[in-house]
Amino acid sequence: MRADRNERAPLPLTIAAAAGLLFLHLPILLIFVYAFTTEDKSYAWPPPGFTTKWFAVTWNRPDVWEALTLSVKVASISTAVALVLGTLCAAAVSRTKFFGRETISLLVILPIALPGIITGIALRSAFSLAEIPFSTWTIVLGHATFCVVVVYNNAVARFRRTSASLIEASMDLGADGFQTFRYVILPNIGTALLAGGMLAFALSFDEVIVTTFTAGQQATLPIWMLEELVRPRQRPVTNVVAMVVVIVTFLPILAAFYLTRDGDQIAGAGK
Amino acid sequence: MTTAVSFSQVSRHYGAVKAVDRVDLDVREGEFFAMLGPSGSGKTTSLRLIAGFEQPTAGHIEIFGETAEGVPPYRRNVNTVFQDYALFPHLNVVDNVAYGLMVRGVAKAERRRAAEEVLAMVKLPGYGDRRPGQLSGGQRQRVALARALVNRPKVLLLDEPLGALDLKLREQMQEELKALQRQLGITFVFVTHDQGEALSMADRVAVFSEGRITQVGTPQEIYQRPASRFVADFVGSSNVLPPDFVQRYCGQRGWGSLRPESIRIQADASGDGVPARVLSKSYLGAATRVVLDADGLRINAILPAGARLPDDGEAVVLTFNRETLHVMGGEG
Repeated sequence: MRADRNERAPLPLTIAAAAGLLFLHLPILLIFVYAFTTEDKSYAWPPPGFTTKWFAVTWNRPDVWEALTLSVKVASISTAVALVLGTLCAAAVSRTKFFGRETISLLVILPIALPGIITGIALRSAFSLAEIPFSTWTIVLGHATFCVVVVYNNAVARFRRTSASLIEASMDLGADGFQTFRYVILPNIGTALLAGGMLAFALSFDEVIVTTFTAGQQATLPIWMLEELVRPRQRPVTNVVAMVVVIVTFLPILAAFYLTRDGDQIAGAGK
Repeated sequence: MTTAVSFSQVSRHYGAVKAVDRVDLDVREGEFFAMLGPSGSGKTTSLRLIAGFEQPTAGHIEIFGETAEGVPPYRRNVNTVFQDYALFPHLNVVDNVAYGLMVRGVAKAERRRAAEEVLAMVKLPGYGDRRPGQLSGGQRQRVALARALVNRPKVLLLDEPLGALDLKLREQMQEELKALQRQLGITFVFVTHDQGEALSMADRVAVFSEGRITQVGTPQEIYQRPASRFVADFVGSSNVLPPDFVQRYCGQRGWGSLRPESIRIQADASGDGVPARVLSKSYLGAATRVVLDADGLRINAILPAGARLPDDGEAVVLTFNRETLHVMGGEG
């Protein structure tokens, strides 16, 4: 047995670590607990009783489904747009030298550094100036501004570690542009794109600020939750939705973590 | 004899930089052709022009009689061994080697068999399932060679392929490459900055300097009769002698080239020959290099092991056979 006394952390440290973890995760656990409470007007502690009826109620609420569908749709389209634009931009910036390259690199990253409220106001005024009516597409556009950054950052890092002569080698051996992309570029940047895409999806899925400025009458899931909290009716429904979202998003985040870790090993193996 | 690769007045300029400038070149079918020169002399750009990664800004390139301008790399029957090998890190060795066959749509079993065959040829049988990351530098080099040969190219381009290997391995690979070239009969175009490598391996050598070819010839011609001061100095560090010196000792006028190993040193300072003073000596193993000062002219001599070594500062006389002093034509 390796667990001898010297290797065990001292008691105060253990307590401090446990307290830190509790501080981080207790609020999330509370959300889970309130999903089962019998009381639906306010969040009373301790909950007077436990029930699973809110799951059925949630299932039958059309507004939940509408918000969820819109969020998934917006996140999917924004991620798809970001994957295409982010990859192309990363390829251009890391593969070639041209006038203003550093500026473009900075401009692409800027939206994530800017406060969301600025991006939101800017987009809203731009849409009204151009007389574009608010719709799902304006939300997608708003989300794409920061989703592109995430994909771009992941892709550019991977491109920089991938030797340029791999592409030349592929062409030299008889592969045309499409084959080179399919058999050499994609396998080398694939895990980076997957990780970037998942992160982009997650960012878009819980975005509130930019969405409030770019959405019309529609509500994405986070906006719906915000509205729901103000209304003292069937409050545990919000908690049920939150709980399901936490559980469902936890898996892809875990997957992204493992994928990029393996990706580092693959990319480093050739050098 | 057919011409494998032909350049006529080929230039590749990047703005004001003339990477390759009005180069004429003929590589014969089946020969081992070396492009030798210092870095930035245009040899690698010339190679990339043949491969199709670069397009000439002027001039005309033919590969086996067919115009090469505008033909993309994947439609040229030419393959390259890259300086950094450029093995695909996500594929194992056999898939790397079979890549060229895969993109051409050769069936899996057939391309695996062909890949194993070429791997055996480069002395790496049974390595097929490994990843490039698991191989040593020398093994990766062999995989890169196998991958380029699997398509049976008409011309194989090698971009300083031995640069990253240690001396022992490099010498061994030089032998093997030469044997492989004889066996396959494929035209090899080999880029190197190592004059020893070029002289020992090639049938013919082109010496590049500042985007131009200064001399093309057999290794013997290049070494014994350098066409210019640059060639004399770059290939084998010859002593480049000014016209006055050459006229005094040889009777002809023009720049001269005298190989260090052609010089003999006599201790008797009153004898016939070139009076000089010993500046320094460096021990090379099989020989010793002696640096001398002949009336302001710096001269290198190489003495074989066993010869009597003069002391530093000693006054000596240098002698050499007239024939070993090569007088370069023109301005030099």
